Amino acid sequence: MAEQSGPALALEADDIWAGYNGRTALEGVAFNIETGCLAGLVGPNGSGKSTLLRLILGLHKPWRGRIRIFGSGARPDRLRLGYTPQTEQVDWSFPVTVLDVVLMGRYGRLGPLRRPTATDRDIARQALESVRMADLADRRIGELSGGQQRRALVARALAQEADLLLLDEPLSGLDATAQHDLINLFEGLRHQGKTLLVATHDLSCVAADFDHAILLNRKVVAFGRPADVFTEELLNATFQRHLLLVRLEDRTYVGHD
Amino acid sequence: MTEVLDYVSDPWTLEFMRRGLIAAVMVSAVAAVIGCFVILKGMAFIGDALPHASFGGVAAAFVLGANLYLGGAIAAVLTALLIGFVSRRALLKYDTAIGILFVGAFAAGILIISRRTNYTPDLFSFVFGNVLGVSWSDVWTTAVVAAVILVLVVLFYKELLFVTYDPSMAAAAGLPVAAVQYGLLALIGVTTVIGLQTVGIVLVVALIVTPAATAQLLTRRLPAMMAAGAAVGVLSSLAGLYVAYYADVSASAAIVLTATAFFFLAFLFAPGRGLLWQRGFSPAGRV
Repeated sequence: MAEQSGPALALEADDIWAGYNGRTALEGVAFNIETGCLAGLVGPNGSGKSTLLRLILGLHKPWRGRIRIFGSGARPDRLRLGYTPQTEQVDWSFPVTVLDVVLMGRYGRLGPLRRPTATDRDIARQALESVRMADLADRRIGELSGGQQRRALVARALAQEADLLLLDEPLSGLDATAQHDLINLFEGLRHQGKTLLVATHDLSCVAADFDHAILLNRKVVAFGRPADVFTEELLNATFQRHLLLVRLEDRTYVGHD
Repeated sequence: MTEVLDYVSDPWTLEFMRRGLIAAVMVSAVAAVIGCFVILKGMAFIGDALPHASFGGVAAAFVLGANLYLGGAIAAVLTALLIGFVSRRALLKYDTAIGILFVGAFAAGILIISRRTNYTPDLFSFVFGNVLGVSWSDVWTTAVVAAVILVLVVLFYKELLFVTYDPSMAAAAGLPVAAVQYGLLALIGVTTVIGLQTVGIVLVVALIVTPAATAQLLTRRLPAMMAAGAAVGVLSSLAGLYVAYYADVSASAAIVLTATAFFFLAFLFAPGRGLLWQRGFSPAGRV
């Protein structure tokens, strides 16, 4: 990545309106994320987190508004954007190995009719190495644990050599140890200069380990440092009726959803 | 010893048996390769629908005096693309779209031939298949179409794999997902048409689904699954034709039932994944 003076922005969203079939999912969403930052996209189910990630990826068009990626309003090299879908959206019974899946991260760079080369395989293996799964390369994906599944998907984004990683609910359904491992991995990637935007409804992980939080419920309720935005008032505005428990340092908040 | 050899070689002294074998082997191999994508995407219903839909085109071509396969292929590919279009637009659920379109096209076929009752015996070979009635020109047509399908699968393997496995990630990586999905549907349509003469409309779905499903139980990766599926299809054709020859039964039914028998063998005995294996040897019972 090029040397930057000052806090270069990885992602800027400006007055984004979007939805499906006439139903509004996002209303005037605006925020920005600095390069090299671990950001949480926090909100209840149906708050538009996945829609926002799809908009950033260019898989869905906004009705209005602009998204700038690494300072450019033009669609950047889309391979700088890595993506991990929700695990429920992945077919884990498919007959592919972990290495096959990670190699798919290279496919976008290959272009039509070209096969992965030895270099692509090396890069895929290095990506597996960096998520500490090199020994599982030849495992069938259906044989992975929940935490290994998430790390395999992250490895695919790394094999793509993406700089901005968009992760849809990577923390959900994991036990505390696996969550901890995954967050350690995220922090390691941030140290390498990657920017991560992690959609989650797990507030305690974001509060403890993330640089930045975006509270989303169709609108951006707040964005900033978790310590600043995780207030009872803002969390209530975000989660509304959804009941949840939030621990911040030694305080416990009960929000209702 | 020579008696046994006679038993083995006897059927192939007849030219129509040789032609039938060549056609069945090619069709079953290609159908199994395409069938891998069909079953991995849970599209078995499409494998049943497209041959039926192609009957509308076959009947129309018959009345117009055009090439029957071409008519069938056009109808099958059009139906496949329409199914893809309707379901991509999420106007209807996938299986509802299939149900409406394929029965409509099949009914059109019946309607057309009901005006021409004197010719229907020819068309019935498309319904139930007549592998022993294929001509050398049918064999050549099948060979060319089968080769084109296999070449396309090899050339676009990377795209087919990625789009079948994870379409949203493939789209994010810049692959032409819609084109690949439509292309796959068209390949399924063409595959069903070359299966028509071999096993007929009613049974062609078995050549697409059964060998591929058998292979899925026996393999770990997609390329191996395709190769094993093709092998199961070829073996089923060979064994089915022997059964048909010596038991004097329908060749298409014998081929399909042989494939079904292979599937049940794999279902029971597949290492690590067969039913008996899970019960007997694997304490975890993982699939």
